[in-house]
Amino acid sequence: MSEPRQEPVPGTHHEPGGDAPPASDAPPQETIHVDRFEAAWMRIAAAVLAIFFISILVSAFASGFQVPGVYQRIDPTKLYEPGSPFADPGLRELAPGKYEAYIRAQIWSFTPNEIRIPAGSEVTFYTTSQDVQHGIKIQGTNINMMILPGQVSTLKAKFDTPGTYDFVCHEYCGQLHHTMYGQLIVEAEQVAAQ
Amino acid sequence: MSVQTLPSAGLAEGSRPVLLTDSGHKTVNRLTGLNIGVGIGALTIGLWLGVLQGLEHAGLNWYSYLAPGIKTYYQGLTIHGVLNALTWTTFFICGFFTYVVANSLKRPLRFPWINILAFVLMAAGLLLAAYPLFANLATVLYTFYPPMLADWTFYLGLVLLVVGSWVSGYGMYFTYGAWRKENPGTTTPFLALGALITMVMWQIATLGVAAEILFLILPSAMANSAFLVGLFPAIANWNTGSDPLLARSLFWFFGHPLVYFWLLPAYLSWYGMMPAQTGGKMFSENLARLVFWLFLLLSVPVGFHHQYADPGIPQAWKILHATWTMSLAFPSLLTAFTVIASLELGARARGGKGYLRWIFRLNWGDPSYAAQNFAMILFAFGGISGITNASYNMNMVVHNTTWLPGHFHLTVGSATTLTFFGILYWLLPKLTGKKLFTKTLALAQAWTWFLGMLLFANGYHLLGLHHGAPRRSMLGDAPYRAVEWTPYLIETVVGVTFLFISATLFFIVVFGTVLSPRSRRLAQPVEMPVAEPLHPGPTPKWLDTWTPWLAGAIALILLSYGPILYQLVRDMQWIPFAPRVW
Repeated sequence: MSEPRQEPVPGTHHEPGGDAPPASDAPPQETIHVDRFEAAWMRIAAAVLAIFFISILVSAFASGFQVPGVYQRIDPTKLYEPGSPFADPGLRELAPGKYEAYIRAQIWSFTPNEIRIPAGSEVTFYTTSQDVQHGIKIQGTNINMMILPGQVSTLKAKFDTPGTYDFVCHEYCGQLHHTMYGQLIVEAEQVAAQ
Repeated sequence: MSVQTLPSAGLAEGSRPVLLTDSGHKTVNRLTGLNIGVGIGALTIGLWLGVLQGLEHAGLNWYSYLAPGIKTYYQGLTIHGVLNALTWTTFFICGFFTYVVANSLKRPLRFPWINILAFVLMAAGLLLAAYPLFANLATVLYTFYPPMLADWTFYLGLVLLVVGSWVSGYGMYFTYGAWRKENPGTTTPFLALGALITMVMWQIATLGVAAEILFLILPSAMANSAFLVGLFPAIANWNTGSDPLLARSLFWFFGHPLVYFWLLPAYLSWYGMMPAQTGGKMFSENLARLVFWLFLLLSVPVGFHHQYADPGIPQAWKILHATWTMSLAFPSLLTAFTVIASLELGARARGGKGYLRWIFRLNWGDPSYAAQNFAMILFAFGGISGITNASYNMNMVVHNTTWLPGHFHLTVGSATTLTFFGILYWLLPKLTGKKLFTKTLALAQAWTWFLGMLLFANGYHLLGLHHGAPRRSMLGDAPYRAVEWTPYLIETVVGVTFLFISATLFFIVVFGTVLSPRSRRLAQPVEMPVAEPLHPGPTPKWLDTWTPWLAGAIALILLSYGPILYQLVRDMQWIPFAPRVW
């Protein structure tokens, strides 16, 4: 298996053992010698990375792709006080087909650990931790967030395909970390037409 | 070869080169041997614990056989991370660089006591941290995110380890400073320059983790210790708590340059030593210097690409760090070209022909060379998955899945570790004066590591990508484990089996060489491989001067971290530490 990199084309001016430098008897002091294949490769490398970076910008600004950002801070010792959305977390319907889901993370469970929505729903998730750091990834979606005490993480997703989506804790949170998960069930009945 | 020419006498009065004498060699060799010995000792335990983790994922939980030493999977995982990723690498690098700096400058250590002190500090730190790790008082993984709180000795041990590595760097800087005074007008040899740049980058990067531990964790850990409070009752009144987001940000300020601290010593060997081991030359030495300077410039201001999924950090800052991260791939891509070109020169000098057939003429029979070449191939895959992680958008698919351990077992677990094994295969004979025990076993070690890591990492990458299996989890016991995961888990277990064989072979080679009888003495001493440049010529001044590069690095850090760290500190909340959760 060879490396997936461009190889220098052999048999050109850098013959084996031919260490005679190319016509550069008096190289300028402040520049460095760059082989022409090397120079080409530098341009290719820079172009490839620029393309990668531009596609990140396009996804973020033109396609509306979101990662978690600043939403709000919260006092983890006051999650159970009346008025806190995390005192009795769960699914709330905002409008037909539009929901918000509050999920509280603690060792070693999510509350709630089962959420049911009709297919075609758009759900905004809000989550925080009452103790140590946790994480949440809803399998098969781009919902992937760290859950920190003191911070509310939020992301939105649309669920068109019926099925059961596990959401698992993906940050080490103690002895039974691997048992911490829940299920999002997307039911086949469609959201009533707008 | 201009770079290593000593200036002729009388070039400058009062500055005569100090040469590396036998006693100077002896000091350097002892220090190197001590550091590397401790590193290998730590790795011994760390590697075998890794094997248990792989087996656990496949449903074979063998931790009960280790009681009372190791009690749980997560305790084993913490020790695996701390010993392999922090201890083995740091000790090896400090030892190897002490050797490289002295031998490349051909000058004895300016103040050997500084490097001795460094070793003592690091070893004391390791011993101090070992106690809570093995007593199951610090099962917080090697990232030790608050509000989890380990025993205070764990953090103090880490602080000593890091401070010791700083002091090791100071020993090198003083040696370099003295060499510069004695050799005015001489360009710094590439190997010494690369080592020094790496140590300076490490010095800057570790400020983040030092701030995290000293301000956000250690005081609370001390206030929580019955022993310390018994000694100094006033400690109990300390304000305890931490801001988990600020702590993570400071950790990752350190956490990404940490991976370059692991990688750059391997690059140094690939650029400046490996070509000599296969009859080649450095294709373009000045570009290699530029690559190292670029790493000094760009390694630090990239930490938020580990925090794309974090709440509380504005997306604009994440995108800014994504920019630097993508730029940071550029010197690595240059390395791919230049190193391969250097090796190709060697293969052709050895009679290699054709577009690709020359590959077979590389020095595959030499375990030191072969191990490093395998490391390089594995790193190509690791680099590609790394660019995926660094991509702001694609990372959301794989963040914190088994894709990640798949990725870093190809980087720190292969590019770094397998290269270090390769280096040891010439360094051990050099230090002991004895033949490698044996060349065949060492070659088998390199091959089995290569095959094992390919399978293991491939399985982990795919399991994370297709099924989102979480990393750092006791998957063998997880209720959400699905039958579709089985083929990947079997693949990883086959990989782990190869790795187990490879690790065992490695220890046989190391201990066999060190303990072998005097009859295995080398007729001719081994020398450090030093690749000559293909185009010897003057190095421009800007590639041998520190101020602009250092100033640029600090400016980029201030730009990329200054305002956001100010905000995070201003809005800090004291969130209580959690009770013990393991």
